Amino acid sequence: MLALYSNPKWLSVVRGTVERLAKTLGFPEMQCRSITRAVDEALSNIVRHSYGNRLDQPIAMYFRRTRRQSEGEKQPGLEILLCDRGPEVEASKLQGRPLDEIRPGGLGLHLIHQAMDTVEYTRKGTVNRLRLVKYLSQTNSAR
Amino acid sequence: MQISARHQGKTTIFDISGDIDFANSREVRQSVLHEIQESRVSRVVVNLSQVGYIDSSGVASLVEGLKASRDLRSQFILFGLSTSAREVLQLSRLIKVFEICDNEEQALAS
Repeated sequence: MLALYSNPKWLSVVRGTVERLAKTLGFPEMQCRSITRAVDEALSNIVRHSYGNRLDQPIAMYFRRTRRQSEGEKQPGLEILLCDRGPEVEASKLQGRPLDEIRPGGLGLHLIHQAMDTVEYTRKGTVNRLRLVKYLSQTNSAR
Repeated sequence: MQISARHQGKTTIFDISGDIDFANSREVRQSVLHEIQESRVSRVVVNLSQVGYIDSSGVASLVEGLKASRDLRSQFILFGLSTSAREVLQLSRLIKVFEICDNEEQALAS
């Protein structure tokens, strides 16, 4: 578990942690980068949208190894849960925008969805929970 | 992240080092837009060879620079993209929108 405040200065620290964790779990380099990018974008969204750029609000991150059944085999993966105490998020705003328009903004969600196998938002009490999961392909599975 | 500017005639070259993320992308945006819109240089070249990571807000800053330069009919060139920076532009489908060179020499000759 990682607890931090909503100050963007911590983003680089989290990126370093997540990238090393993904590497340790056996993800190939490109997926280590994309998982890291997804978590970074999700955290930036919390800071910006959930907390309106306030620097002192709590964010909790939970990491755990997970497994799913795929083609008769157990497929290992990494589950990351990001929790914040900002206002509830409208689910329709979590889809990302189409990329056929050249304009700044709105790319973060697209990068999150591209990187992860599961992107799931829930509200539990006063807490926003964003669950991100990435599974290792069989050829890259670490024991 | 550090950003500095060099001037060669009507070209401004920005040297950026470190990661460009939500903590500092505003600085990149302001520096680039000032050069394009206020200083009215005819070409802005962004050296990304010392940038390991760019997030979506960093990409948005570069898109704003590109759009501003198009509006004023100036040139906006990137060079020295890391694997990660190239990936994020590809995933955003912006890789073909930017003029991208391998090195500074190529950027200044284009």
